[in-house]
Amino acid sequence: MEDFITFFSFQDPNIRYVVAGSILIAVSSAIVGCFTFLKKKALVGDAVAHSVLPGICLSFILTGTKNPIYIIIGAFVTGWISLILIDYITRFSKIKEDTAIGLILSVFFGIGVLLLTMIQHNGNASQTGLDSFLFGKAAALVGYDLLIFSIISIILLLAVILFFKEFTLISFDENFAKSIGFPVKRLELVLTTLTVLAVVTGIQAVGVVLMAAMLITPSAAAKFWTNKLNIMLILAAVFAAFSSISGAFISFTSPSMPTGPWIVMVISIIALTSFFFAPRHGILYNIIKQRSIKKRILHENILKLFYQLGERENDFNASRSIDNILEKRTIKLGALKPGLRHLTKQGFLSKNKNFWTLTTEGKTKGQRIVKLHRLWEVYLTKYLRIAPDHVHEDADNIEHFLTPELEKRLENLLNYPESDPHSSAIPYDQITS
Amino acid sequence: MIVNVENPVLEIHDLTVTYSRKPVLWGVDLTLPKGSLVGIIGPNGAGKSTLIKAAMDLIPKSSGWVEIFGEDLKKVRKKISYVPQRESVDWDFPASVRDVVVMGRYADIGLFKRPRKADYEAADYALKQVKLSEFSNRQISQLSGGQQQRVFLARALAQQADLYFMDEPFAGVDAATEKAIINILKQMSEQGKTVVVVHHDLQTVTKYFDWLVQLNTRLVASGPIEQVFTQELLQETYGGKLTLLSDVSTLMHTQQLPVRDKT
Ligand SMILES: Nc1ncnc2c1ncn2[C@@H]1O[C@H](COP(=O)(O)OP(=O)(O)OP(=O)(O)O)[C@@H](O)[C@H]1O
Ligand SMILES: [Mg+2]
Repeated sequence: MEDFITFFSFQDPNIRYVVAGSILIAVSSAIVGCFTFLKKKALVGDAVAHSVLPGICLSFILTGTKNPIYIIIGAFVTGWISLILIDYITRFSKIKEDTAIGLILSVFFGIGVLLLTMIQHNGNASQTGLDSFLFGKAAALVGYDLLIFSIISIILLLAVILFFKEFTLISFDENFAKSIGFPVKRLELVLTTLTVLAVVTGIQAVGVVLMAAMLITPSAAAKFWTNKLNIMLILAAVFAAFSSISGAFISFTSPSMPTGPWIVMVISIIALTSFFFAPRHGILYNIIKQRSIKKRILHENILKLFYQLGERENDFNASRSIDNILEKRTIKLGALKPGLRHLTKQGFLSKNKNFWTLTTEGKTKGQRIVKLHRLWEVYLTKYLRIAPDHVHEDADNIEHFLTPELEKRLENLLNYPESDPHSSAIPYDQITS
Repeated sequence: MIVNVENPVLEIHDLTVTYSRKPVLWGVDLTLPKGSLVGIIGPNGAGKSTLIKAAMDLIPKSSGWVEIFGEDLKKVRKKISYVPQRESVDWDFPASVRDVVVMGRYADIGLFKRPRKADYEAADYALKQVKLSEFSNRQISQLSGGQQQRVFLARALAQQADLYFMDEPFAGVDAATEKAIINILKQMSEQGKTVVVVHHDLQTVTKYFDWLVQLNTRLVASGPIEQVFTQELLQETYGGKLTLLSDVSTLMHTQQLPVRDKT
């Protein structure tokens, strides 16, 4: 708790800078990542992230310092070389893009790890901390380094704002962009450069191994919640900021914890949550929707039963007990009882002791379902030439989904037939003139 | 049978296109008259889409050149509109109908500038023409196939071009929508615009178009519909007569032979 207060009061300027820096970095890579994601280039992002490691090591070996400028240049160069190689392999050989990406990724990362081991064995005093590029170390983000990386992040953000319209177009419809004479090749070059830069800065926070997650996961999570691109960008930024604060806090409380994995952990939890709970796309939403459809079917079936019983006895106002209902059709008691309760509450049935009666509205509704059922049976036998004894099941389902518009079309097409294939009369609304 | 015209809107000369050395268009020479409604027909894989893409310079040519309005394509791009096949984009992209239609104005707006109010009004007008006004704020992922096709058409209309290339605008569209679209296309051609449409339904060819291009890797026919919509030419386009050509084409592919020397 004490840690929590010290951290979030941001009294300590050090904490302030580290947090501000890592938020900036995470947000900028998430924003650039949105377009990487929409262009379906997630794997490419991963390849670049792994391919910057040899560059970092080489620039350290050559210069002997950890000056961020050299590190960035080194990382940038090998990151780009990997992209060019992937492009070259896919274009001039039969190897598919995903295979080429896997190949380049492992070769470059392998070389990177090799160089890293070499540096560590040399026992150079200033080498300590170079391995933080593997898993990231936001806490090391101070002074000059912080300044440089923050500047790059701000440049990235500004670039995306400037190119927003252009990036959107080339992500959605590249051929159209070409057809109106947009310099698509150059725009792609800019976007790729931004992606590489985002990776190079991002690895400060989360490290090489998990950088792809930092690039893609925020946008993947955001996509669940919205269908608007600008909102998706904002959400991705918020998710990224939140997870990098959490990561920084965790590694503040226990300094042995690497920041990167925790940031990625938090953003992954956000993504998983979105996957389950987001409206329209989320799994939970779909489950709830399925449930409510099931309930509607149940309610309509009960009203239909009441109507059919009324039809049989030629008395729509009779009161009926649960046993009366079950005798016509078996419905699980566990579902029937709440169904009756709901329909009573909604005014489609009225209840007296343990007996229920159709109200006028209930009768209309039940009648419509019966009508649709029988019309659909006629349609199937007449137009699709399905045997009359096969149409009932299908109609039992479709009757719940026909919209008023389809209902009209069905009536007109069949020209208001009098009875269904089993010679039951089709009940139409009484036309009051 | 290839009919040529004076002062063509589009002139294609000796066009050959290959995909990894497999020729998919071979020595195509053709001219199209201004203000015509042109149908391009041919079996699957005949190179219809490729022809349009090559004309728009979206894919590299192995040989040949294309002139539009008597000029190089680069100079007249703003007067040309391209409607890709509907499946060529991911409709799950986060954008609204209006966002997509306003893209038709991007050539006019230029780089780095935001769409102006006038551009949105042009987009809204185009949406009205294709009867999608009430869908303007709908997300494109929530449209039916026919509605998506109309969004693409609206985007093209918003471009206010003089020459239109449309790749299968009737694919997956119901009869009523097809009728609405063809009426719009006919209006455009009456206004002197040239509309080139890749089409699949031979039943409607004579009803829709006044000029017909028949394609099967090579150009089989190009001319006024009454002259080229003949049994014999259709047989040549769709019949088995070209199997030899496709065998040769496969051979060149497997042996990695060059179709034309670029030297
Ligand atoms: N990007 C590509 N790489 C390799 N081959 C391609 C590519 N695009 C098209 N092809 C091949 O080129 C040939 C012509 O393709 P095209 O798309 O032009 O045919 P189409 O006439 O439009 O067919 P459809 O009626 O199916 O749309 C086909 O054999 C196709 O397999
Ligand atoms: Mg095609």
